[in-house]
Amino acid sequence: MELGPIWLTAKLAAVTTLVLLALGTPLAWWLAHTQTRIKPAIEALTALPLVLPPTVLGFYLLILLHPGSAIGSLWVQATGDSLTFSFSGLVIASVVYSLPFMVQPLQSAFAAVGRAPLEAAASLRASRLDAFATVAVPLSARGFLTASVLTFAHTVGEFGVVLMVGGNIPGETRVVSIAIYEHVETLQYADAHVLSAGLLAFSFVVLLVVYSLNRRFPVHAL
Amino acid sequence: MPSETLELDVNTSLGAFDLEASLDLPMDGITAVFGPSGGGKTTLLRTIAGFESASGRIALAGERWLDSPGRVDVPPHRRSVGCVFQDVRLFGHLRVHGNLRYAARRARPGGATVEEVVSAFDLGSLLSRPVSELSGGERQRVALARTLLTNARLLLLDEPMSALDTERKADILSYLETLSAPMLYVSHAVDEVALLAERTLVLADGRVRAFGATREILERLDIQSITGRFEAGTLVRARVVEHDPQYHLTTLDVGGQHIVMPMSTRLAAGDFARVRVRARDVALATTPPKDLSIRNVLSGTLIDLVREEDSPFAEALVEIADQHVRARITRASADDLGLRVGQGVYALVKSATFDQ
Repeated sequence: MELGPIWLTAKLAAVTTLVLLALGTPLAWWLAHTQTRIKPAIEALTALPLVLPPTVLGFYLLILLHPGSAIGSLWVQATGDSLTFSFSGLVIASVVYSLPFMVQPLQSAFAAVGRAPLEAAASLRASRLDAFATVAVPLSARGFLTASVLTFAHTVGEFGVVLMVGGNIPGETRVVSIAIYEHVETLQYADAHVLSAGLLAFSFVVLLVVYSLNRRFPVHAL
Repeated sequence: MPSETLELDVNTSLGAFDLEASLDLPMDGITAVFGPSGGGKTTLLRTIAGFESASGRIALAGERWLDSPGRVDVPPHRRSVGCVFQDVRLFGHLRVHGNLRYAARRARPGGATVEEVVSAFDLGSLLSRPVSELSGGERQRVALARTLLTNARLLLLDEPMSALDTERKADILSYLETLSAPMLYVSHAVDEVALLAERTLVLADGRVRAFGATREILERLDIQSITGRFEAGTLVRARVVEHDPQYHLTTLDVGGQHIVMPMSTRLAAGDFARVRVRARDVALATTPPKDLSIRNVLSGTLIDLVREEDSPFAEALVEIADQHVRARITRASADDLGLRVGQGVYALVKSATFDQ
């Protein structure tokens, strides 16, 4: 049993989820409440990773992040490290790749909460930020849970983007899905079975938890 | 502090509907906002609270909340306006006491405490309940209590008691009357308006149709098409003369004449009562009628008579001492009786209800 790829996968999924919570929440809030005409365009952009082949995404990320690019060279100057074929690059790629899994459940949760409770909070003298934190977030708790779990699980399951942007560096970019691919390529089926069955069980349990929680807490926040 | 006013001169557009209101509302006591559904009552309240983007000017006691030319638009949470929404809007993630505490924590200093509103609204047994388990009436009581906790400078109540029974309403009304905060109270029930408010604002099709003392507004014949004919009527001020426990009747003095009504033990002899008389419950006679089951006959002077075109009906306004009663009769009987403004008539009052 190799723990390296498992630990790395868990770390990547956790960091990606946290980063996306920070970036996806304001984006989802804005999408749920904006009346701008460019909203469909932003929604389409957000949903692109759902339909694009991971190779396309990986290809453009590679071009955007490699050390010769603007972003890539800045990163090298600042950290002395390359963005491609590194853990930091993997996080950026995963954030892009999993964006819709964070934004879409949050956006529908915020839309379901609607303006009414926020107006009630404002009439009780709560500022916008106060109302967001004390009314919108707790009322959207289920949306946050679903979004976080799906983002985490989807990041665990990513392969193509990781391969293109991260490659296969043990302890740095060699996540479980890459390790399985390598095992199969080198005909180590027993090792491939262990990791594959583990991912299968993990994915099932995660989805089971999401669906059970949705059932158990139909109205109330956690 | 009758010197304080809410200056309103606003225009709010919501798709095809637009509201235009320009008036100075004295900030004391209760002002009823009344009119048909879709007339703009809720929009007016939402505009004052700052929930709809409007153009124009809103100022409370000189403090500008909205001033389009001056680019002032104070956000709702800084307007210090307490709202009870038509759809209640309790916070589903908090229990009853959580909802009350939410308001108390953010309240303007100097208001009621949670304990005080809990006892005033009889919420003690509900405190630990999730709001999803409350009945419609219980929700409205919690919502009112929550709003009153904020100690707002102006209360905007949008049909806040539609789900409450009469007895509970009376309790809450007497509590509301003890509050110093001015209120705008939306209703589409004339009875509730008459019961509550010193002042009434009638809105229809997004325009102010009438604004003034409630009694005068209810007597005005030209706004009846808005108030609805069947509910139309007048308020009469009367003094309790005596109770008759044997027949369960109360005798009242109206401008020196007596009427009897079903007994109300809430009033003592000598108390003043407001009595609501609906136009459809009043008949007219030109001579003193005899041999009738109707016991209430008031003699007075016909001071207005409006024959409605394309309708069988006419509306008459009768002055009795300094009080007014409206009668809804047919045009045919108005002509048969030869009714003329200025002549003496007898108003036969079939039924009337106490207001307080």
